[in-house]
Amino acid sequence: MTGLALRGLGRRFGTVEAVKDVDLELKEGEFVSLLGPSGCGKTTTLRMIAGFIEPNAGTIELGGKVISSPSASLPPEKRGMSMIFQSYAIWPNMTVFENVAFGLKLRRLGREEIRRRVGEILDIVQLGDLADRYPAELSGGQQQRVALARAVVIRPAVLLLDEPLSNLDANLREEMRFEIRRMHDELKITTVYVTHDQSEAMVTSDRIAVMNKGRIEQVDPPVELYMRPRTRFVASFIGRTNFLEAKRERDVLVFDGFSVPVSALAIPLADGNAVTVSVRPHALDLSAQQPAANGRIVLEGKIARRAFLGDTWNYLFAPAGNGAALIVSAAPHKVIEDGAPAWLTIDPGQLVPIA
Amino acid sequence: MRPLALAEDSSMTSISSSQEAVSGTRSGRISLASRFQPASLLWLALAAVLVVLVVAPISQLVITSFTHPDTGAFTLQNYVEAYGRPRHVAALFNTLKMGAATVVLSLIFAVPVAWACARTDMPGRTFARLAMLGAFITPPYLGAVGWILLAGPNAGWINRIWIELTGATEPLVNIFTFWGLVLVMASNTFFLIFVFTTTAFEMINSEMEDAANILGAGTWKTAAKITFPLIMPAILGGALLTFLISIALFGVPALLSIPARYPVVVMQLSEFFGFPLRVEVAAAYSIPLLLITVALLGLQRLILSRRGYTAVSGKGGERRMVKLGKWRWPMFAYVLLVAAITLFLPFFVLIMAAFSKVWTSGFALSNLTLRNFGYVLFEHSTSQKALIASISLGAASATIGILLALGVAYIVQRKLLPGAGVLAFLCLAPFVIPGIVLAIGFYAAYALPPVALYGTYTLLALAFITRFLPIAFSASASGIRSIHPEMEEAVRILGGGRLTAVRRVVAPLLQRTLAGGWLLIFVPAAQELSTAIFLVGPTTRVVSVVLLDMSEEGRLELLAALGTVLLVIIVAVVALGIRIMGRDFMLRREL
Repeated sequence: MTGLALRGLGRRFGTVEAVKDVDLELKEGEFVSLLGPSGCGKTTTLRMIAGFIEPNAGTIELGGKVISSPSASLPPEKRGMSMIFQSYAIWPNMTVFENVAFGLKLRRLGREEIRRRVGEILDIVQLGDLADRYPAELSGGQQQRVALARAVVIRPAVLLLDEPLSNLDANLREEMRFEIRRMHDELKITTVYVTHDQSEAMVTSDRIAVMNKGRIEQVDPPVELYMRPRTRFVASFIGRTNFLEAKRERDVLVFDGFSVPVSALAIPLADGNAVTVSVRPHALDLSAQQPAANGRIVLEGKIARRAFLGDTWNYLFAPAGNGAALIVSAAPHKVIEDGAPAWLTIDPGQLVPIA
Repeated sequence: MRPLALAEDSSMTSISSSQEAVSGTRSGRISLASRFQPASLLWLALAAVLVVLVVAPISQLVITSFTHPDTGAFTLQNYVEAYGRPRHVAALFNTLKMGAATVVLSLIFAVPVAWACARTDMPGRTFARLAMLGAFITPPYLGAVGWILLAGPNAGWINRIWIELTGATEPLVNIFTFWGLVLVMASNTFFLIFVFTTTAFEMINSEMEDAANILGAGTWKTAAKITFPLIMPAILGGALLTFLISIALFGVPALLSIPARYPVVVMQLSEFFGFPLRVEVAAAYSIPLLLITVALLGLQRLILSRRGYTAVSGKGGERRMVKLGKWRWPMFAYVLLVAAITLFLPFFVLIMAAFSKVWTSGFALSNLTLRNFGYVLFEHSTSQKALIASISLGAASATIGILLALGVAYIVQRKLLPGAGVLAFLCLAPFVIPGIVLAIGFYAAYALPPVALYGTYTLLALAFITRFLPIAFSASASGIRSIHPEMEEAVRILGGGRLTAVRRVVAPLLQRTLAGGWLLIFVPAAQELSTAIFLVGPTTRVVSVVLLDMSEEGRLELLAALGTVLLVIIVAVVALGIRIMGRDFMLRREL
């Protein structure tokens, strides 16, 4: 049995296809992020899972039962899910206790059980002594925790989070990322998390689904996604990268100024003549003197531009000849003057061919 | 934060307990029962109610104007009868002239006071605002009575004192003239210009003026090139509304225009409603009034939506008050003069008359009595009944109107039904219909068989609800707009239906807005005359109509006493509103 499954899910608004052909399966207890730029369809997907929007195509299944299809959708209140909203949506007319107890009261639990479970969850989010406060008397971070407590106290089948941290300041945001992940490790609730912030998705998720223009481009664990992006969009959206164009001549890829055997690449190459590879700025090595090759590729050129960012140097390396310039990250102590000659070392194992 | 730890059993049961809540079926079909939302029926019912309240009377008004009263066939005869006589056409032009003059006088009253209240250090600014509000909430027909007591050609206080002091043989002032009519009209309607202008002044950021100063413009140049253009749309918008309200106002002409021999549209309509009753001619005669209103409101929208106004509606930044110096007190004197003309003088003599045996005898212990109050409250059967009727009608139409508007505003704001925009339009549509024209529509639609509501309170209540529906709708809509939709989605995802969300979250959050909206309807509804005048039956009179009857009978002391009771009720309700909502609660208008 699987937890949550989206099959061929699609949604149009007028002529705009906000979401199309989305396939995604979450195992029970899995934490998956939908990551993408604004307008990529991630929130629409989440709201279809919640039941606030009905799909035009495909189905959503929960525990093997269809809960959404173009012909019929269960309303949100019958899905047994819960959600944390971007605005928190804490009800200002109820105290913290009443907010958290709301879902339990709707389930007609006994007064004692409600008191016990609300007390438990408020202790977990460290709001135990603020139970009688009204939301207006809480800070943003505390409101966020009320939202979290209110959502998980009902033990939902699926927990949905819609950019829950975007209204917090930077420090709190970082803390809450770990908090959300820790709560997930504890409760093992199947979770879908929507965000446009890649580090948020990286910290919290078992897997990340990168969305672009209504489609899922790639679903993988964070490390895999970074190391082996499969599309141009994923490679540039997750971290920064350089793209290099090459022509395939039998078993060798010919770049501007150097060539690499196909077998040396990070992942097997699909068929086709023109090939694009992605190489991360961190995976490149720059030096002021010519290094020994040792089976790697060494290009000669010069520094075309540089910027010091504090924790790294950001160099733009222009190879001699016609090759495209590459961005290289280097440690702060690695200083090369602007315009000075430099040598770039490329490890073929770091070259990732993309579709 | 410390690490999370839930009791073992919670995490174990978490999945199983929630799975029970999911009532989907394995086959992929979802049972009808689980999809049905009881809310849907309510939405349809609301739409039907709007048809009854708005669509039917308006269309019936137009249809009636083209229908032959006996044969029921299509005809233009009603228009020929309505506008065939020079006298009837003259009344229309008289009305427009009166409206224009009222606007001019209102501007003279309102703009300086608005500027003084919003941008200067004049003393007594709060007092000034309350006085202006007072002039607005008091019924215009009572103001007219006050001015009859003050400036009637023979017995009016001003004239008697004038003759006493100077030995003159001719009265100094006469309220039964064109300008008398205009003065009393403006006393009530200038408030809208005051509100619009004050708000505009308050929205102007001093930095906008500073920016002109720093570029080399002097004080006068800044005022002419920056400040004035910024408030101009607001003044124009207020002036247009003032014009529209004054041409459709019934009470003041009813008291003044016949003795002044100045026929106006509303009196002509009233004549068509007399004997013999000619509803179809009245309907035809009122159509131009309706068209003028629609056209001018369209114009107002256009003016207010121009870019000049968007600058004004931006967040008001820091404002520096203009230091008036030695002009502080002269400015205050002007405000006092306006307040005296529009509020203090007429209502002082009115209240004095209420406590007098004979109003012309003035201040004297021997003339003092409470008899008038005893009579109108306990003995005069019509006035007591009318008082109760007015208050009940006001309360009922405010309650029903707000509930209805809330429902519609909710549908519209949450886009629950396709075509919700039409519902919103219907709620706002009565705004363009003058009260007296609306009354003709209601008469045409519901007074006669088969509906036969003539002579019932129901007819009055329906008309009042419709008349004030735009106020109710804009109050409700702005209230709902202030509630984030996620507030309700949070209820639904936790397992509550839409109605639960409305009951537990939306309604509690709207309490204050709704209370304010309720008062905004109750105050005008309890004193409404224009809509009531054609719809009251012999046994269903309301206070405003009884007051008019009393003036025709010449019983001014009784009229004053009943008027004073009405005033006390209005002032008490408004004071309550100010306590709940703050001083400016009557000033914030969406429209």
